[in-house]
Amino acid sequence: MRVVGIETEYGIADPARPQANPILMSSRLVEACRGWAAGRTSRWDYGGEDPLQDQRGSRRDRASAHADLLTDASEYDSAAGGVSLRRRRGSWEDPAHLNAVLSNGARFYVDHAHPEYSGPEVRSARDAVLWDRAGDAIALAAAARYERDEDGSVALYKNNVDGKGSSYGTHENYLVERATDFGDLATRLTAHLVTRQVYTGAGRVGLGQRSERAGFQLSQRADYMEAELGLETTLRRPIVNTRDEPHAERSRWRRLHVIIGDANCLQVPTYLKVGTTALVLSAIEADDDRLDALTLADPVAAVQAVSHDLSLRSRLPLASGEAATALEIQRALLEICRTYAHDADDALVLARWESVLAVLARDPMEAAADVEWVAKLRLLTRLRDKNATVDADGVVTPLPWDAPMLAALDVQWSRLGDGWAARLEAAGQATVLVDPHEVERAVTHAPADTRARLRGGIVAARPDLVDAAGWSSVVLDREGDHLEVVHLDDPHQASHPLLDPLIAGA
Amino acid sequence: MPGDRLAGMAQTFSSGQPYEDDAPEPAPAPAKAESTDALDSLLDEIDDSLQVNAEQFVRSFVQKGGQ
Repeated sequence: MRVVGIETEYGIADPARPQANPILMSSRLVEACRGWAAGRTSRWDYGGEDPLQDQRGSRRDRASAHADLLTDASEYDSAAGGVSLRRRRGSWEDPAHLNAVLSNGARFYVDHAHPEYSGPEVRSARDAVLWDRAGDAIALAAAARYERDEDGSVALYKNNVDGKGSSYGTHENYLVERATDFGDLATRLTAHLVTRQVYTGAGRVGLGQRSERAGFQLSQRADYMEAELGLETTLRRPIVNTRDEPHAERSRWRRLHVIIGDANCLQVPTYLKVGTTALVLSAIEADDDRLDALTLADPVAAVQAVSHDLSLRSRLPLASGEAATALEIQRALLEICRTYAHDADDALVLARWESVLAVLARDPMEAAADVEWVAKLRLLTRLRDKNATVDADGVVTPLPWDAPMLAALDVQWSRLGDGWAARLEAAGQATVLVDPHEVERAVTHAPADTRARLRGGIVAARPDLVDAAGWSSVVLDREGDHLEVVHLDDPHQASHPLLDPLIAGA
Repeated sequence: MPGDRLAGMAQTFSSGQPYEDDAPEPAPAPAKAESTDALDSLLDEIDDSLQVNAEQFVRSFVQKGGQ
């Protein structure tokens, strides 16, 4: 499979002090993560970021950019491959933007007012699940350390909304060939991103950005999608984000940054989210014009229409003048993607995709082990029935959708460690794809088949030599006049003549 | 829909036309029963926990926006 990575911004709260400053807490959590890593960690190399480059070819003028977009330092090093020298500079770190590069190749840091785990680059959907789960374990380990070191405790939530208007993201990143026209890519991918909600949605109590209306919907993020295309990620959020920062050789690759997805506590949604999207991208790279029949007439309206339709039967208008349900569009995408399954991993994704669509078409409520919104809705429905009221005529009314109990269940569902989703999985009610021992290993070990092996490997073996590390660079400090910047511009590169001996020598 | 028809047939058979009266009763599937029990007990726990503090919990869960 193509190279993929998942980023998760966790909700954060001190249960005893709801007013506690989330930026400070997140920063102390990253510090706790460094403590937990016991020296096997590095700071972040901001040398190579370029957040103002737009996939559509233009560059945002720096002065007109929202401050949220300015994630880079002034230096931009475009040297490709090999090793270059960099002048030494101060080792000051902004305490509000602490970073920890970890031995599993991931980055744990403060993004806005949330702790974020950016997982290492992986090359299969199953590995995406594995290192996503490793991120949850790392965040929990950091929280335990925080409780030991700090005055207070911290609860972390793997969700995307607070129900009061705020949303924070779970982003997927896909390596895509630069030769593919970005406009075509966006047009052809949109129908998939809109309709995959039927199996990737984590479920949400409340309709509207501030839960203005009572009810339940498939997705956490749907009501926050306001544009088809755009550079922003914190306002006017687009279905397809145009930030063009490949973290790889620019002439050859794009990094598609997908911000529409939900954080998933169940494993099958994460597996399908990554596996199916990677396959659809292969169809797009191959310029498969069968995709054009599925173009939606109004994608932004369709995001909400799909998310608000628990029956999965509403028909979405297509650009062709016809209409189709989300399940029919997914079924068509599955058939197209059969052409692009190259190995056993792809075949397993297709098989799982097909079986989940079949169950959803028969009766969505039968998909509770594999589809997160269904699992959540099942619990909510049982709770509504359990707390139903009966009037004098014997008419039974379930607990209304705006009852605080239901909103509380929704939030607590995603709490790391002891949340209801974790409890449901522990009770054998959710399909498990990765073994706990594998997750334990992925907490400290990077994937072996991407450059994450080099980043994580050097942090694990020789953290004393690492000045900083980024997605496409490892900066070594070997006491010379200059720092040595090892450029890792190919995400597939898992071996390097300078780093391999250092990693092996430990 | 062929899927619906199949589901309907399965239901008809399992609702039990008594055409094999002397066939032994199938043993109950223990795994299914166990999982239902697990769900019931988790639901009881959720219910107990949320009866106490749901409103205050929801009110105090306030996050800043992110990406």
